[in-house]
Amino acid sequence: MRKLIAALCTSAALLAGAPAIAKVPASDFTLASLKDGNLKLSEQRGEVIMLNFWASWCGPCREEMPLLNDLHARYEPVGFQVWGVNVDANPQDAQAMLSKIPVDFPVLFDSKSDVSKLFGVEAMPSSVFIDRDGNVRYVHKGYRTGDEAEYKKIIKELIRE
Amino acid sequence: MAATKKSLESYCAPRFGGRRCWSASPGVSSRTLSALRALCSGAHQIAFARDALKRFLFGLVFVVSPVVNAAVLPEERADTLYHSYSGGGVTIDGPSILVRKNIGNTVSLSANYYVDMISGASIDVQATASRYTEQRDEFSLGADYLVDKTTMSLNYTNSSENDYQAETVGFGISQDFFGDLSTLSMRATYGSDDVMRNGDENFLEHAEHRRYSLGWSQILTTKLIAELSVETVSDEGFLNNPYRSVRYLDPNSGTGFSYQAELYPSTRNSDAVALRAKYMLPYRAAVKTEYRRYADSWGIEADNLEFRYTHPLESENLILEGKLRFYKQDGADFYSDLFPYVNATNFRARDKELSDFSSTAIGLGVAYQVPERWALFNRKNTLNFYWDYILFDYENFHDVRVHQGGDSSYLPGEEPAYSFNAHVVRAFWSMWF
Amino acid sequence: MIKRVLLLLPALLLLGGCESIMPEPWVKPYERHYLADPIMSFERDPVAAGFMNHVYEAREAARGAEGGSGGGCGCN
Repeated sequence: MRKLIAALCTSAALLAGAPAIAKVPASDFTLASLKDGNLKLSEQRGEVIMLNFWASWCGPCREEMPLLNDLHARYEPVGFQVWGVNVDANPQDAQAMLSKIPVDFPVLFDSKSDVSKLFGVEAMPSSVFIDRDGNVRYVHKGYRTGDEAEYKKIIKELIRE
Repeated sequence: MAATKKSLESYCAPRFGGRRCWSASPGVSSRTLSALRALCSGAHQIAFARDALKRFLFGLVFVVSPVVNAAVLPEERADTLYHSYSGGGVTIDGPSILVRKNIGNTVSLSANYYVDMISGASIDVQATASRYTEQRDEFSLGADYLVDKTTMSLNYTNSSENDYQAETVGFGISQDFFGDLSTLSMRATYGSDDVMRNGDENFLEHAEHRRYSLGWSQILTTKLIAELSVETVSDEGFLNNPYRSVRYLDPNSGTGFSYQAELYPSTRNSDAVALRAKYMLPYRAAVKTEYRRYADSWGIEADNLEFRYTHPLESENLILEGKLRFYKQDGADFYSDLFPYVNATNFRARDKELSDFSSTAIGLGVAYQVPERWALFNRKNTLNFYWDYILFDYENFHDVRVHQGGDSSYLPGEEPAYSFNAHVVRAFWSMWF
Repeated sequence: MIKRVLLLLPALLLLGGCESIMPEPWVKPYERHYLADPIMSFERDPVAAGFMNHVYEAREAARGAEGGSGGGCGCN
């Protein structure tokens, strides 16, 4: 919080790009998913995971859904997965939205916000990139048109490791 | 002859523009900015304002690359509105078109065209004037520039009538902070008006208006948001209406009174503070409440209170809204319905908007979201209809029409107090891009 | 005087914020379900709200502090 205010005080400068984070092991969790039963993060070691926190009421989230679906389809064969962590208090709201914007990647329900708290989600949507060793490597806050180029760069980097 | 008629027509036209030109529009001029600078002694403030302007201008020229973790630009939408105000013998209606479009992720442009067509005769002219029409056209352009959590906006408005020209420029800045729970916004506007008088080629007066506002909006819980707004306005120049008159006791007149031109002070400073809150009920419906307190250097004090209830009917694609609003004011020090003699005071007014009065409004509205299969261009479309009914009750503005036809059963100043009802309609179509 | 205070207030708040310890934001970005609902905005339709302010300002001596910012989805 203090960091945020300090940043605000010094200037209203633009912070470009996703801030890189030192290798921090991702907190483990298990969540029920829409089609794939219970999913546990630590069981995905060896895969690059993009945890995307989203909500049905969030416009930019809806906008990036199809793009995430494309990324998932394209890089899944080389060891990459998108996990969509839905934060809606009522999972039915999420399902209603998914019936309009269907996706193939796993959708997990965090209706109690436990995992959102665990990862300290600071923006909607938020994307957390986890490498093959289970470390959090990048956090991308928000979504703006064109951000998918950034995602691609990060994914390519992580799957090559 | 035409000139005479014109001046009668405009006489007391309870116009919406000009004298009470609305300047709800944000924005900046270098003049406003220098005023801002002069007012702020703190170096931080000056540097901040200068930096802000630089960034803004830079941003207008070059669309900066996408940024992360930021506030949002306003929604892109187009609104086509028909508005109508009808009451007290006057109808003011016309269209308004508002279009907002983004350029990239950081710039949002808006344009508004607004027309008031005024017809009829208010209480002030009913005795002498025939029905008439008059028009006010208003154009506004705005630009918002978003950097990280800061939005800067520039705005320009031009309002024109055949006897009134007004230009307003403004600059606004708003900042999200505290985990985006708080938004602080500031706005400064400067307006410059030329006042003319139909039928009098030599009449040209000038007025200036400066507005400074500050807003603090705060998310309090997941279901409650509140906002505190403060605004100070200062006017300077020719502030009265060149056609309006006051009445005074005159034993030489058949009715017992005569009229002379009104005369206002050449400055006016006002302060307003408002507190509003919106709360989501346990079911999907929202209530809003708002209170505002106003005081100015003319001795006017006013309070208003508003309640609103918004109730969606999801299965019907409808949003229903109900509103109650109460307003009460104590009039200007130099207002009188009937002055004791000619030139009785330094300043004088008999404009009913400066009298002691209260008003009560009830409002009903409905918004219909067009089903997807009918939606134009495959976009979100809504059709909206809102209606307000306002009752105005004047305490010390008397209805002098009782003297018409030579009826002298009322002594001057003992006529019944005036009151009237007005209908206010907004019918519009909105489309989101 | 009032103007001066009005304009300096935000600067003081921002500068003050740098020094003092503030509480953590208590509504998280993922808890904006209700606030994101369009019915929770103070004014959903700028074109209609602007007109009503115009009517009030023409009929009443009071003016200013109409407000209108903040809230909503807060989505980035």
